[in-house]
Amino acid sequence: MNRTLERLAPFAFGGIALSLWQGLVWVLGIPSYVLPGPIDIAKAYFDDFTVLNQALLSTLTVTLAALFAATLIGVALAVAMAASRLFRAAIQPWAVILQVTPIVAIAPLIIIWVNQPFIALVVCATIVAFFPILSNTAAGLAATPPELLDLFRLNGATRWQILVLLSLPSALPNFLTGLRISGTLALVGAVVAEFVAGSGGFASGLAYRIIEASYRLEIPRMFAALFLLGVSGIVIYAALGLLEGILLRKRNAA
Amino acid sequence: MFSIRSVSKTYPNTTIALQNISADIAPGEFVALLGPSGCGKSTLLRLLAGLDTPSEGTIAWDNAGRPRPGDIGFVFQDATLLPWADAADNVYLPLRLRGEGRPDAAGRVQAALAQVGLTEFTHARPKTLSGGMKMRVSIARALVSDPQLLLMDEPFAALDEFTRHRLQDDLHALWRRSGKTIVFVTHSIYEAAYLASRILVMSPRPGCIAADIRAAIPETANRRASPEYANLIAQITDTFRRIMPA
Repeated sequence: MNRTLERLAPFAFGGIALSLWQGLVWVLGIPSYVLPGPIDIAKAYFDDFTVLNQALLSTLTVTLAALFAATLIGVALAVAMAASRLFRAAIQPWAVILQVTPIVAIAPLIIIWVNQPFIALVVCATIVAFFPILSNTAAGLAATPPELLDLFRLNGATRWQILVLLSLPSALPNFLTGLRISGTLALVGAVVAEFVAGSGGFASGLAYRIIEASYRLEIPRMFAALFLLGVSGIVIYAALGLLEGILLRKRNAA
Repeated sequence: MFSIRSVSKTYPNTTIALQNISADIAPGEFVALLGPSGCGKSTLLRLLAGLDTPSEGTIAWDNAGRPRPGDIGFVFQDATLLPWADAADNVYLPLRLRGEGRPDAAGRVQAALAQVGLTEFTHARPKTLSGGMKMRVSIARALVSDPQLLLMDEPFAALDEFTRHRLQDDLHALWRRSGKTIVFVTHSIYEAAYLASRILVMSPRPGCIAADIRAAIPETANRRASPEYANLIAQITDTFRRIMPA
C-alpha cells in the first residue's frame, strides 16, 4: 500500500501543480504569449505533433550516439589509465581541462571544424558526457580489492585475465553510476550544441525548435518542446537505472 | 618441504618487518605462526607465497623447486570471494585462471565443496552466505587445485567463537586426512595450540622467531579438554612472558 502510494506520489504532485498553474492562468487572465497554461501547451504539442516528434527523435539520436561514444572513450581511457601510471599522468589533467571548459565556448569551433553537422553535435555532446564515465570507472578499477589481486597473481593470472575476470566486473557498479550521470549530461550536451549550431541552418533538434518558437513568440510551442526535453531526461535516467538494477541483480539479490 | 634461510624483509621506509628468520618445514607439518600484531607473521606468509620477495636470505624449496601456480593454496583473513559469482564459480576460479574448461573442472569443484561441507550451496551467491560459510568457500577454493602447501592468514579471526570452533575442528580433521603441509598465521594462543603440530612463536620489532614448540596433543574426541592442551597453552603463555617483558 505504502509503496503504491510512493510510486503515485510524483504523478499526484505533478497533477496538482499543473492544475494550480492552469487555474492561475485562468484566474489572472495571463496571455499565452507570456505564460501559457498546460492546456495551451498540450494543444501546441498536438498541433505540431510531427515536427516536434521529429525534433525529439533528432535530439535523442544525437544523445544516444554521444552516450555510446562517451562510454567507449570513457572506459577505454579508464582501462588505459589503470594499466599505466605514465598514461594516467599524461592524460588526467587534459581530461579535466576538457571537462571544465564550457561546451558553449568550444562548440562553435567544433561546428566549424567538423563539416558533417550530425557528427559535430555528437562530438560536442560526447565531450560533455564522457567525464563521469571516465572518472567513475577509473575509481572503480583502482579500487579492485588487493587481496583478490593477490589471489589472481598466485594462480598465475595474466594481465588480461585480471582485467576481464576481476577489475572490470568489480568496477561495474562505479561504471553504471557514471553512465547514469553521463546519460543526462549527453542530453544536455546535445541541446547546448544544437543551440549553438541552431542558426547554422542544419539543425532540426528540439533546441532549434525552441529558438524558432521564441523568435516567433510561439510560447506554448516553446513550452511543449521543453516538456519533451524534461520527459526525455527522466526516461533516460530511469532506463539507465533499470539497466543498473538488472546488471547488479546477480550480486545483490538472493 | 622448504627451508627459510636467514630471511630478512625491510620496507623502503626502513621498517624492519623480519630479521634473520630461519626454519625448516617438513612435509605434512601443521605450522602455526603465532605472535602479536606487527611481528611480521603475515609478511612471512606472503614471502612463502611468492607475493613478495625477501630483502635478504632465501626460501629454498625441496626437490620440485619454486612452486608453480596451483602448488600453493592461500586463504586470506577475509573470504575475498567474487561477489558476482556463485560458490561453485568462486571455487572454480583458480582452475579457470589456468585455462581449464568448466566441464573438466566440475568434478574437482564439487569435491572441494564437499570437503568443506557445502555440497548444498553450490549455486549460492556470497551475499546469501554466512561469514563461516563464506570462509568455507574460500578454503574450498584454496583446496581445489589439490595444493601440497596451504597458507592461511588468520582465516578465522573475524568469525564468532562457535563458528570458529567448528571450522577449527574441520580444518584439523582435513589436515589429518589429507596430510597437506599447512602454515597458519594466528594471534590466538588457543587456536595455535589446538590446531598445529608445531608452533613458531614470533616476537615483534623486529619480527623474529623467538621459540619453536612441538605440540603433541593426543587425537582424542575432546582435545580441547585434554591436559596436554592445557599444558601447551601454559607453555606458550610462559614463552611470551619471557620474550615480551611488560
